[in-house]
Amino acid sequence: MLMPNAPLIEARGVTKIYQTKDGPVESLRSLDFSIRDGEFVSVVGPSGCGKSTLLKMVAGLLGVTAGSLTLAGQPIEGPQKDVGIVFQSAVLLAWRTVLDNILLQAEIRRMPKAEALAKAQKLIAMAGLEGFEGKYPWQLSGGMQQRASICRALLHDPSVLLMDEPFGALDALTREKMNLELQRIWLESKKTVLLITHSIPEAVFLSDRVIVMSERPSSIAAIYDIDLPRSRTLDMMGTPEFSVYAKKVRSHFYAQGSLDH
Amino acid sequence: MLRRLMLSPTLRPFLLIILLLVLWDLAIRIFSIPAYLIPRPEQVVGQLISEWSRLLNESWKTTQATLGGFALTILFGIPVAMVIAYSKLVESYVYPLLVFSQSIPKIAIAPLFVVWFGFGILPKIISAFLLGFFPVVVSTVMGFKSVEPDMLDLARSMGATRLQTFLKISLPHALPAIFSGLKVSITLAVVGAVVGEFVGSNSGIGYVLQVANGNFDLPLMFAALVVLSSIGVILFLAIDVVERLMIPWHASQRQLF
Repeated sequence: MLMPNAPLIEARGVTKIYQTKDGPVESLRSLDFSIRDGEFVSVVGPSGCGKSTLLKMVAGLLGVTAGSLTLAGQPIEGPQKDVGIVFQSAVLLAWRTVLDNILLQAEIRRMPKAEALAKAQKLIAMAGLEGFEGKYPWQLSGGMQQRASICRALLHDPSVLLMDEPFGALDALTREKMNLELQRIWLESKKTVLLITHSIPEAVFLSDRVIVMSERPSSIAAIYDIDLPRSRTLDMMGTPEFSVYAKKVRSHFYAQGSLDH
Repeated sequence: MLRRLMLSPTLRPFLLIILLLVLWDLAIRIFSIPAYLIPRPEQVVGQLISEWSRLLNESWKTTQATLGGFALTILFGIPVAMVIAYSKLVESYVYPLLVFSQSIPKIAIAPLFVVWFGFGILPKIISAFLLGFFPVVVSTVMGFKSVEPDMLDLARSMGATRLQTFLKISLPHALPAIFSGLKVSITLAVVGAVVGEFVGSNSGIGYVLQVANGNFDLPLMFAALVVLSSIGVILFLAIDVVERLMIPWHASQRQLF
């Protein structure tokens, strides 16, 4: 059993080395961090710094080369039961309706049907997708597609939600709206969230803590606690406190001269 | 009402055919082309009517050979393509050989099938199979290989077994590509069956073509070609219908929603 206040996700000296044709390439170098249950943590860093690699390792889709990575005290080996993933594109199956796409999670995990359906309908209501259950992915906007994929990631009620630049492909206005939605969903569901993002305002706006990565081979440059009250509003993005946090995070990239967007 | 009928998409090819027939007839009259070079449309239609039962009978035999070859195409082509798509090793061995074999003119080796398999339906089926096989393999391989890596990661993250990933993700994803291969394949299978009938057969539309050619019976030859093309069109449309039923979600079918 998990001890109270013990970290839910813990990384100790996590290193990833890829074997390529040109020899080994070090992607991540000795990462140490821990994420508490119910915490919202973002990872920001330059392109190609291995953020997605980190997320895939936490999901158990990639192995670590060295170090230890644990979920609820257990080493992560292979795909995890207690994890839901949202990718940059919604990755919805074109031949399934929104509801059936969400239920894919239940089918593959062999969850009881009636229970899964009830859960799916609850999630659909929470994500504001009522009336779109029977639509096909191409009939939805990008934001709605991503909402459906969040519902799918939450269907089996995982304690951890992993998000790999989920709003990167959306326009700026939709993105802000989705940030608000995600905050609401997080406040309602009390999941632990690990969000990979390129956007400094998004990271500061949503997170309890922001992990800043350096360029390849990446290590953790800094971790900032974002001490802003919940629930946060878009107006808060204009406050001096918010700017201070954003500036702190941004300073890392200017120092490296690698802010690429 | 008449205007709408004229503009309906189903009728458009027929309107074009009528136009081409008129041009054909006019060309013969204007340039006074003798009948032993190109028959007049009404002669062809006349043969179609008078030889109707014979043509129908022979076309049924050609259709059987075509469908037999096409069935073999599905039975072998799709599994072979799946193995190629899933295994780099098999791909490196088999794919170049497939392309190599595809460059061999089937008409050149068709007589060999007669030697090996006799004068029955079998050499025709094999000829139809060999012609239709390649496009199905190529497009099926493409279909299976084009599954997004994120989609496979998604399945893995859910703890999907290989079978689940295949049935719920890879196969439905590959279906549109498979069908586009099947559509090309069925028309080629008709050609393959006729090639088989050309070299060693005493039945089928290919045989009728041979006989008509030998007798300089150009109207009959053209009539046989019309029947042959119709077989191709009907089989193609049949696959189109199956495709619509099986992948109504695909971009190419979306006007139906």
